[in-house]
Amino acid sequence: MEAAVFISSLVDCCALIFLSVYFIITLSDLECDYINARSCCSKLNKWVIPEMIAQALATVLMLVSMHWFVFLLNLPVASWDVYRYVKVPMGNMGVYDPTEIHNRGQLKSHMKEAMIKLGFHLLCFFIYLYSMILALIND
Amino acid sequence: MSKPATNSSHTPEVSSSSLSETAPFLDFLHSRGSLGFVWMTLAVSSTTTGSASPVPNSYESLEGGGYSGTSLQCSLRHLNPCPQTRPLPLSRRVQPTRIPAVLAGTDTSLGFRKCVIQEELSSALGGLSGVSELEAETLRPMNLLQERNILPPKRAPPPEPNLSNDLRKVNCSPDTFRCTLTNIPQTQALLNKARLPLGLLLHPFRDLTQLPVITSNTIVRCRSCRTYINPFVSFLDQRRWKCNLCYRVNDVPDEFMYNPVTRSYGEPHKRPEVQNSTVEFIASSDYMLRPPQPAVYLFLLDVSHNAVESGYLNVFCQSLLDNLEKLPGDTRTHIGFVTFDSTVHFYNLQEGLSQPQMLVVSDIDDVFIPTHDSLLVNLKESKELVKDLLNALPGMFTHTRETQSALGPALQVAYKLMSPTGGRVSVFQTQLPTLGAGLLQSREDPNLRSSTKNVQHLGPATDFYKKLALDCSGQQIGVDLFLLSSQYSDLATLACVSKYSAGGVFYYPSFHHIHNTAQRQKFQKDLQRYLTRKIGFEAVMRIRCTKGLSIHTFHGNFFVRSTDLLSLANVNPDSGFAVQMSIEESLADTSLACFQAALLYTSSKGKRRIRVHTLCLPVVSQLSEVFAGADIQAISCLLANMAIDRSISSSLSDARDALVNAVVDCLTAYRANGSNIQPSGLIAPAALRLFPLYVLALLKQKALRTGTSTRLDERVFSMCELKSQPLQQIMHMVHPDLYRIDNMTELAALHLNDSVIPQPPLLQLTAEKLTREGAFLMDCGSVMYLWVGKCCNEMFICDVLGFPNYASLPSNMTEIPELQTTYSERTRAFISWLLESRTFHPAFHVVKDDASTKTSFFQHLVEDRTESAFSYYEFLLHVQQQMSK
Repeated sequence: MEAAVFISSLVDCCALIFLSVYFIITLSDLECDYINARSCCSKLNKWVIPEMIAQALATVLMLVSMHWFVFLLNLPVASWDVYRYVKVPMGNMGVYDPTEIHNRGQLKSHMKEAMIKLGFHLLCFFIYLYSMILALIND
Repeated sequence: MSKPATNSSHTPEVSSSSLSETAPFLDFLHSRGSLGFVWMTLAVSSTTTGSASPVPNSYESLEGGGYSGTSLQCSLRHLNPCPQTRPLPLSRRVQPTRIPAVLAGTDTSLGFRKCVIQEELSSALGGLSGVSELEAETLRPMNLLQERNILPPKRAPPPEPNLSNDLRKVNCSPDTFRCTLTNIPQTQALLNKARLPLGLLLHPFRDLTQLPVITSNTIVRCRSCRTYINPFVSFLDQRRWKCNLCYRVNDVPDEFMYNPVTRSYGEPHKRPEVQNSTVEFIASSDYMLRPPQPAVYLFLLDVSHNAVESGYLNVFCQSLLDNLEKLPGDTRTHIGFVTFDSTVHFYNLQEGLSQPQMLVVSDIDDVFIPTHDSLLVNLKESKELVKDLLNALPGMFTHTRETQSALGPALQVAYKLMSPTGGRVSVFQTQLPTLGAGLLQSREDPNLRSSTKNVQHLGPATDFYKKLALDCSGQQIGVDLFLLSSQYSDLATLACVSKYSAGGVFYYPSFHHIHNTAQRQKFQKDLQRYLTRKIGFEAVMRIRCTKGLSIHTFHGNFFVRSTDLLSLANVNPDSGFAVQMSIEESLADTSLACFQAALLYTSSKGKRRIRVHTLCLPVVSQLSEVFAGADIQAISCLLANMAIDRSISSSLSDARDALVNAVVDCLTAYRANGSNIQPSGLIAPAALRLFPLYVLALLKQKALRTGTSTRLDERVFSMCELKSQPLQQIMHMVHPDLYRIDNMTELAALHLNDSVIPQPPLLQLTAEKLTREGAFLMDCGSVMYLWVGKCCNEMFICDVLGFPNYASLPSNMTEIPELQTTYSERTRAFISWLLESRTFHPAFHVVKDDASTKTSFFQHLVEDRTESAFSYYEFLLHVQQQMSK
């Protein structure tokens, strides 16, 4: 049971890692003028909700299986995701808005955010891996 | 995005080799899925350059890569072999005869004396005689609490940068290109210490009386950063020149050695590109993605009941008929009309028809275009039909009962019609759009108009118009919006369609062709200017700065396509832009910072042109010099732009607090820098003495004021104006000019062209300066008020206004009659002198006791106290109090 929980959260975490890397690549493409702002933002906006769902899934899994420490570790990121999504002004075309992305250093802050998430997901990945192996061994 | 008609290999510049290496990497990344991702990403980010891209990203590659200072710095540092001498301290005097090589052409010594030339350049800049007095004057400390008369008697000219005379002569005109700090600080730390924003205010497409046009085949540009050659480059010898933005040494092409103007060979520094900082190049086909487009004009007219009631159609049709010949364009000009109420109507103007044919599409959920060819017709061929239509249009809808307005579907149809070519769409709307896609709700609560707390609904309600604007911008369609409504029409959302497609917003609140003659006259005059002014199509603009400076925020109506490339579907001579910069690396090894704005556009005659402006400013290392060179008008405009951004993204009260803090911080920084200033009184340097006044005036603008009843649409329109007008207009709006005109004398008058133009002094904007015995003129840019005191001498009222006494003055007089008295001639000469370089004529009001104009007149007296805002003196005390916290 434990093992199943950790296997699924490991898979979830892998998906989140791939997503963060995709975000980083797309944002850096925009920085280097390989794609334009509109296509970059539409690509990224498409994956905002799946990312939120995946993060929420990981958090809920940890909550349900009563691993409090990991739950508390995941909670800030999940709530930040939700906050970011909810706080988008009405006139903006999603979390990544092509008219605003070049203003006020938003591109840099999005990049920083994606990097931090990547680091966080890598950390979680190893935590889950370790816990999964422990759980498999103990079974 | 317009599809390139030719092969993407039309990109003329050489991309640095590292780019072509990374491109296949990225393909690999996108298509595979290995875990090598992360390491590859790190490799990519370390080799990013930002120059031309291999993907045919149309205009970026055409205009040339932007300079991405951070990544190229390692490879370029070694290209700067000469040890740069530091600029000499300003107090030291240097013989003014040492002229920089770029302008003097010290030919024989050029070959081997690179370092000497550098030295000459920097020494010519620092320590010219007379500089120390100028700096001392601008740094003279003044106690603002005690000095009552801080306004100069005439509008102050922009501060001159502290450069040698030769550089100053060729430097870009401050009307075109202005920086908030004419002495650029060396490091970001120094800039932060000064607590002043660093930015540029541009008016690149301004109407110019004199513009050198270069017709040569080769346009000389730097190979790495693609800067155009300008007066501030240095020629190392006759065959090589050094870019002043990235310091790369480039070769001078052979064609450039010949100077067609003086017919001489071997003097590249005498060519017009190097002698003028504002030039226009004729662009070759390398600079075109498709053949230059013709001028295409589409007019989208609201014909609902509301619209017909207001009567704008008559004014519009008459105006267009009068100006049909003067529409900018050539034989390929196309024109079209679409009207809409709850359905969309098209007009078939095919040449050969006996009269225009109207086609109605009532399915607004899925609008389609009924015929393909004859809706946008060639103006020359179908001129008679167009005239017939314009004559018939006002009468066609007089009995309409439609009250709904399907603006969204009409815009969608306009987009479809114009997509193949691009052009300009002019939308005339008189109410809230209530039908179809993009319908809006009324969001304003009239009870909250004077709320002192947060003002809501300053941002758009839906992203429909933004998306449409981006689509239009991609197809080179600019949308201009004329809003003529008397009720709330959610301008905050509607304006997005113009903001991001490089159009303009015009607002005529309570427009009515009979009851509101002032608005009607203004509309007429504005239309005249709008229809006949110069226009540029499918434009892009790029702003480049010296290595070390980078631009991080843009203000104005355009779409920021990439880090410093602005996509402007239409460019017009009445819009201004602002950018904010930061200093990424220290500028310690240069003594000059240069900025170049290059605007690539298609003229209305189908010629592709590039207008280039270059500005050069000195770099300083002392805080006092930074203060000495502060341009307070530019700073106020940039702060206004920043405040509006802040009020939309966070809240209005935050923005207001931030403005006050800007003054407090700046004056505190000045005080901390000065050594022995007593802390009593509010000390400011002479360069910044108007700073608190301008900020107070900003706080009392319709855009940013609280506590006074302001309609939401008017507030939003004021914000749009502050963000898109050029600097002179904004300054007139924010701090109008007040003159007493009933006692103007010939003392110190200007004598121009046989007319004597009196020069009354500027008065401070306070009721103290108004007297009942006088008549005062207030010039607010888009509107002018002539306030006549109750006991004004009757000779003035008689001679200038044409009425026997005060009581007989009508309450809604909107122009000064042309009488033959000297007083009248003098007054009219003065007013026309004021309006000389103005492009949009202001509405004129004679203010007597009429309630509405009197309130607006008194609202502009910013130094006075109102029930919700400080007087000037109270504001100074407030600032002083904040400073002592």
